[in-house]
Amino acid sequence: MSVAQETVAGTVVLRTEHLGRRVGDISVVTDISLDVYHGEMLGIVGPSGSGKSSLLRLLNRLDEPTSGTVFLDGQDYRQFSPRELRRRVGMVTQRPFLFPGNVAGNIRFGPLQRGEVVADEDIARLLERVGLPGFAGREVANLSGGEQQRVSLARALANHPEILLLDEPTSALDEQAKTGVEQLICSLVKDTSLTCVMVTHDRDQARRMCDRVALLEAGRLIQYGKPAEVLGA
Amino acid sequence: MLKSLFHTQLTLGFAQAGIASVLALAVVLLARRRNIHLESDAAIALLRGIVQIVAVGSILALLLKSPRWISVFLLTGMIIAAGSISAKRAKNIPGARKVSTYSIAAGAGLVTAVMTWAGVIDTAITSLIPVGSMIIANAMNTNGLALNRFRSEVLAHAGEIETALALGAAPEHTVASYAESSIHASLIPAIDNLRSLGIVWIPGLMTGMLLSGADPLYAAIYQFVVIAMILASSGLTSLLSTMMIRNHAFSAAEQLVLKSSG
Repeated sequence: MSVAQETVAGTVVLRTEHLGRRVGDISVVTDISLDVYHGEMLGIVGPSGSGKSSLLRLLNRLDEPTSGTVFLDGQDYRQFSPRELRRRVGMVTQRPFLFPGNVAGNIRFGPLQRGEVVADEDIARLLERVGLPGFAGREVANLSGGEQQRVSLARALANHPEILLLDEPTSALDEQAKTGVEQLICSLVKDTSLTCVMVTHDRDQARRMCDRVALLEAGRLIQYGKPAEVLGA
Repeated sequence: MLKSLFHTQLTLGFAQAGIASVLALAVVLLARRRNIHLESDAAIALLRGIVQIVAVGSILALLLKSPRWISVFLLTGMIIAAGSISAKRAKNIPGARKVSTYSIAAGAGLVTAVMTWAGVIDTAITSLIPVGSMIIANAMNTNGLALNRFRSEVLAHAGEIETALALGAAPEHTVASYAESSIHASLIPAIDNLRSLGIVWIPGLMTGMLLSGADPLYAAIYQFVVIAMILASSGLTSLLSTMMIRNHAFSAAEQLVLKSSG
């Protein structure tokens, strides 16, 4: 195993130390230690069943690690309440799973859990940011796949996360919608210095979007570093 | 015809049971001609049914001579058994047995206790045990329906639930609508029973009272009382079990642990 400890200038905001998860007799994630730097886009790549999504679910504690832990801003993430942790470490999944109702209701959902009401102007601003101006009152059932994924992004951003986890965010979209969402994510990362960890099975997408990539195989970290070094040119 | 051949109530009862069984088996044989094979299932069920009900009858006959407080022990035993049986409807949910037993005990126990205290249910063993068991059995069915529905809803909406968790929602909030629909669905049979009472069916208790010579009007009203008690106890049981089980669907770290694989 060759693990290239690439150093990127900046602060480590998320660190995994010997992170692992066993389900029954099967180890789905094994001994993964890596750093995520502020404002970077870290890609997690690997073949199907290599533990990419399982690793991502450990980062916001949707699943419990059976070994090792995660440090958020230098603090063991088990010291935070799960709700606080998940507000700080947001997530967008392959399928958007929008809640029934309109777009504004979905965007308000996260902050409302803490008793905060998102103002109409803020919703309008967020929707403009994700390329859906004037969509606040639209029923989510009437949106296209690409539009739904953009609403899902806006919904996650409404929580003001410090880190955003993206689990194959474009794999369920057609080519045109995929390009649009990809560009949107890249501009969000660039403009707001948002830290992102993105799971993708698409190596070309990882080359296009990521500052660094971590290559997983059978739940183990095989290599991580710059995309060209790990995935080839 | 049978009454002229059998002169004691017991022998007459067995003869009547025999004729009813023959009729049931005739239907089974009819089904066999259409390639529907129910023979062994039906035979075992009939045999098991007669043995179980004769055993209960024998116990009741013995208990008639026992002090009244023995009913409490019997009803408690029934509640424990009911909790265990209906918990099987909620496989993969940790703590389902405990939740079911507590909910049935609270729902059926409270309604039975209040109605006995009010004098609606007589404290005689012959009254308290049959009526109490009816209330417990219905609470058990409702509880099983509620847990089964809740489990199905959670499994079908795991993505939505985890999305809400990932956005910082409290676990109980993420499954609130599924808990509500589970309670509603579980109470449909009890509400339909009340709605169709006397129109579609004349329940067993009323039939029994009529056969034993009670005033038909009083038998009818008392049957309504029992069905209303069943609705009350079933509703309370379903409400409590759904409220308790939703917490068991999540870990202490607010992770969804009720999953199809696990």
